[in-house]
Amino acid sequence: MSNIEDAISRQETTLVTRLLTSQAFLVLLAVLVASVALHFATNGVFSSDRNLFNITRNATFVGIIALGMTFVIITGGIDLSVGSVLMLSSMVCAKVMNAGYGIEYGIAAALSAALLVGFVNGVMIAYLRFPPFVVTLAMMSIARSLGMVTSQNTTISKFGPDHDSLLWIGGGSLIQGVPNPVLIALTLCAICAFVLSLTRFGRYVMAIGGSERAAEATGVPVRQIKVGVYMISSLSAGICGVVEVAWLGAVTTNLGAGMELQVIAVAVIGGANLAGGSGTAIGAIIGAMLIEIIRNSLGLLGINAYWQGTFIGSAILFAVLFDRIANLRRDG
Amino acid sequence: MPALELTHVAKHFGAIQAVSDVSFTLEAGEVIGLMGDNGAGKSTLVKMIAGNFLPTHGKIAIDGREVVMHRPVEARRHGVEIVHQDLALCNNLTAAANVFLGREMRKGFGPFSVLDYAGMYKRSAEVFAELKSETRPRDLIKMMSGGQRQAVAIARTMLSDAKIVLMDEPTAAISVRQVAEVLNLIRALRDKGITVVLISHRMPDVFGVADRVIVMRRGHKVADKKTADSSPEEVTALITGALEKAD
Ligand SMILES: Nc1ncnc2c1ncn2[C@@H]1O[C@H](COP(=O)(O)OP(=O)(O)O)[C@@H](O)[C@H]1O
Ligand SMILES: [Mg+2]
Repeated sequence: MSNIEDAISRQETTLVTRLLTSQAFLVLLAVLVASVALHFATNGVFSSDRNLFNITRNATFVGIIALGMTFVIITGGIDLSVGSVLMLSSMVCAKVMNAGYGIEYGIAAALSAALLVGFVNGVMIAYLRFPPFVVTLAMMSIARSLGMVTSQNTTISKFGPDHDSLLWIGGGSLIQGVPNPVLIALTLCAICAFVLSLTRFGRYVMAIGGSERAAEATGVPVRQIKVGVYMISSLSAGICGVVEVAWLGAVTTNLGAGMELQVIAVAVIGGANLAGGSGTAIGAIIGAMLIEIIRNSLGLLGINAYWQGTFIGSAILFAVLFDRIANLRRDG
Repeated sequence: MPALELTHVAKHFGAIQAVSDVSFTLEAGEVIGLMGDNGAGKSTLVKMIAGNFLPTHGKIAIDGREVVMHRPVEARRHGVEIVHQDLALCNNLTAAANVFLGREMRKGFGPFSVLDYAGMYKRSAEVFAELKSETRPRDLIKMMSGGQRQAVAIARTMLSDAKIVLMDEPTAAISVRQVAEVLNLIRALRDKGITVVLISHRMPDVFGVADRVIVMRRGHKVADKKTADSSPEEVTALITGALEKAD
């Protein structure tokens, strides 16, 4: 019996080396180092309450969707429709509340719309075997168009009887000192981490990314799980849509435009591999923080905003390079 | 009572007679080497036993009872497991996760149940110990040698209490040192009373581990002998057709 216990506890790699080669951990280190450096470089402007608040809030919006996107990317898929789903669901929420319904109806309608889009994506990808890129590209166009139809291209900024409750979700703090959007993002991160590492669903998501054929051969319900991950991705965009309209206090039809690429970048920087099989919830949040710090600091340091794309693109390439090196070491 | 009995089994694909009139019986705990040239019908024969194909003619009986298996799950229910040549493992998961893939142990109850990591590590460590394999439950598949991967694939079959394990060329793509490891795995299965059908092109594998060798040529069974009564030379002649039939 002691032999068996020995075998269980022994591992090729120790926890420390695994931590050191974990992408999320390294990105976190980068975040910390950058923060300290920026604190001094900007004479403390970077670390002022106001600036940190801005960074956190922006990172929160991208991070929430990156959580959902991580599920999709782990299975080896992609979801380009999230930016449009964000706009569609915030528009639905705004429209329903604007018509005089309570906040619970607004949120329920917004999330249902998001889930429906995810379901359609998932069915076309899993059952009809359409490529995820094409399906979600089409849905990116369709969802935004539906959002515009819903709005009749007007900006909505009045939310009926529960107007104040909605704005509290975006601007208030249930817990003293922690803005609600941040609380929501952290809660969702904890839920996603739990699902990915401790549930059978999460195990199957990882398995599909590792080898869809192996998963199928062992009886994993591959198609249902795939529909599930696209619904999760859409749902996260829907939740973000509600939080964002609650923060902004108004919805316009260009909300979330181009966000899908930012979200994918964040997920990849956080350790999700576009080839499938790896990714973590905490990585998605840390990746969002790094990107937001890069964007924010360029502004503070007086660097022309046109450089932003270069820095963010480089961060993506670094993430992929790191992944390659880590894999080379393993294979070698 | 034989563990497995085939009587006049044949499989045609249109005009192609992949397997013609094959009969044999296997006892519990017996290791059979199934040999033959490419296209001789070995894989087709094994796939009928594994429920991938229904025979065009003939009967298959397991533990003395005739079975008709339309799908692999039905064969699995009868205690037949197949280890595929390409193994079908998830590289990004641990050995234990792969052993339990599709039938994870959980603790807690209902919607509150979570994966029982400790339980699965322990159970798979026990199975690896039974297989006398060095494979460690927490190691990722992508860091493993070909022999260890075989151990993981075989451990899967042990979990389900298989009675018959079919292996299609398990040693085709691995190094010599790992071949020895795989042969040890097969001996461990035999010692547990499991019947093993080993498809291989390698004489040393079959003569090293099998009790009997069955030779196929162009769909027909041309020999069925104890390995002790045969020789690699004779089997080679049977495979190529230089020798028409074994006596
Ligand atoms: N699914 C199939 N459809 C049609 N022909 C097949 C199929 N599977 C095998 N065959 C044919 O049956 C014959 C035996 O093949 P196989 O059983 O794979 O031989 P082996 O495994 O001994 O190399 C070959 O001529 C092959 O082309
Ligand atoms: Mg074959």
